[in-house]
Amino acid sequence: MALTPADNPLHPATLPDQETVIKRTRTESMLLNVGPQHPAMHGIVRIITELDGEEVVNADVEIGYLHRAFEKMAEQSGYLQVIPYTDRLNYVSPLINNIGYCLAVEKLFGLETTERAKYIRVIMSEISRVTDHLTCVGASAMELGAFTAFLYFIKAREYLYELIESVTGARLTISYSRVGGVKGDLPPGFRESCLGAIEKTRKEIKEVDALLTKNRIFVDRLKNVGRISKEDALAYAITGPFLRSTGVDYDVRRANPYLVYDRFDFEIPVGEHGDNFDRYLCRMEEMEQSFRIIEQAFEQIPEGPVLLDTDGTVMPGETMVDEAKMGRIENIRNVEAVIDPTLDGTTKVQYRNVETVNKRASLPPKEDTYGNIEGLMNHFKMVMMGHGIRPPKGEAYFPVEGANGELGFYIVSDGTDKPYRVRVRPPCFTIVAALPLILKGDSLADVVPTFGSVNMIGGELDR
Amino acid sequence: MPVPCLFDQNKMPNLHEQLKAKLPEGVLEIHAQHGDETVVLRRANWIDAALFIREDPAFRMNVLMDLTAVDGRDLKWKPRFEVVAHFYSTEHNHRLRLKTPVDEKDAVVPTLTNLWPSANWFEREVWDMFGIRFDGHPDLRRLLMYTEFKGHPLRKDYLWNKRQPLIGPKN
Repeated sequence: MALTPADNPLHPATLPDQETVIKRTRTESMLLNVGPQHPAMHGIVRIITELDGEEVVNADVEIGYLHRAFEKMAEQSGYLQVIPYTDRLNYVSPLINNIGYCLAVEKLFGLETTERAKYIRVIMSEISRVTDHLTCVGASAMELGAFTAFLYFIKAREYLYELIESVTGARLTISYSRVGGVKGDLPPGFRESCLGAIEKTRKEIKEVDALLTKNRIFVDRLKNVGRISKEDALAYAITGPFLRSTGVDYDVRRANPYLVYDRFDFEIPVGEHGDNFDRYLCRMEEMEQSFRIIEQAFEQIPEGPVLLDTDGTVMPGETMVDEAKMGRIENIRNVEAVIDPTLDGTTKVQYRNVETVNKRASLPPKEDTYGNIEGLMNHFKMVMMGHGIRPPKGEAYFPVEGANGELGFYIVSDGTDKPYRVRVRPPCFTIVAALPLILKGDSLADVVPTFGSVNMIGGELDR
Repeated sequence: MPVPCLFDQNKMPNLHEQLKAKLPEGVLEIHAQHGDETVVLRRANWIDAALFIREDPAFRMNVLMDLTAVDGRDLKWKPRFEVVAHFYSTEHNHRLRLKTPVDEKDAVVPTLTNLWPSANWFEREVWDMFGIRFDGHPDLRRLLMYTEFKGHPLRKDYLWNKRQPLIGPKN
């Protein structure tokens, strides 16, 4: 028997015509998980995208993978003990969180820090802002394949991290700011090393600018991608470089100047289109403006103490110790200090480098706390439960300009030494909330650059 | 002890007094502690006040900066909760805080999502953390916690060291 075309299901004559194929094809959309394990999602967010072909028709963002109960833990600890927690909020620019929290507590007290402490805070905030922008731009360039730019920026960030290390003694978990001032004065020769590092960083930024800003591949991936309108951005309470890229010149440093930001001449770069490329340009320009602020701060910074007591008066170290001496000695007389093996004095040399010249104005080195009565009392009066600082009853909200936008601390005090409620307004929270809107209509490949320009920091998003 | 104010009292726009004059029956209390102008509203007037401060030319609060809640259980507040919202106006560059007390038995507040989309996630977080519902919210799911989580962790009667049962993998 001879075979006919009908016996072969794949014979062209038996295949349905194109119209039938189109009719029969299922046209439902497809769900695709991006993250939480996707490298571009930084391991801590999951975007469920609904795809029509390659186009994102809808998206849902799931967060909470890095939730560490910051707000709950802050209620369990004294006001000063919250400071180390704030390091872990935005771990790319921890100094701004530190300073923002301390400013909010100072607002509850009605305190104003010393002039020198204000300038130090400004300098450290701006260094942090630059490290944050370097990481953001570098990482998002790397996710698009521009690995060289990432290496340049991480090298530049290293110069700045070294500065932070020389001032605070740590690179990331710095806990530098204190209620009423900062932990220690700037180390000798800091001005020169800082200005030197700025020059070196400027060179790196120039290099990357030459590599990326007019690079056809880079520009094509960013331009007209991840667009958001001015109105939408404000409705979603987006702030920071993300909002400024849409053309709104809102910057807390200019709108509600805190510390001494009203004394500097700096510009607020704004974009036009609200797309990824404008955000890249905004961040690149903001770094330069931060350098300008640091340079002006070094011109203006006065000499003087860096710490106050909680009544708002400048307190020399000796007075503080005297006060502690007159305090409740009987409470600590019978307490035996247990010396931790890691604190037996081996790190003392390093402490000398980071502590202020007037050592008793700030928390003493651990060796002194465990080794002599002055250091112990000084420490005791400042940090022990039931002895710590007690802001008056009330509530205060203090916004500062974080690297991602408005970082606000809302603190409710009930008059005890523990904050009754600490609320953080995380800047990238609102941007991530708006992601479904931003991603809609772009292709799946655009999720990566858009998400990179959000600069989502898990610690701050999930708290 | 009087608390000194860091802000210039003369430059303050006195929005809280204006809002009180506009909604005298809905306002329970006003204050401007530390320069933060605050209006405590009845829950029934929550939406009216929100709509008013959004539309009124003297207010123009176009940004809902933050929305959160405070559990007053340890301070013996009656009613127990307070929902706190911070507003900002880009046009006038001023801020206002609105608060409304919420009872534990009837922990429902009308949603602000229709007026400010940013309220969507803020309210989801408040529901997740405090168990306060938002009436009319389009998608009131837990935000930071997982679906199987029991309780609302930022309530004061949720112990900080409380353990949750392991849920194991789905599927």
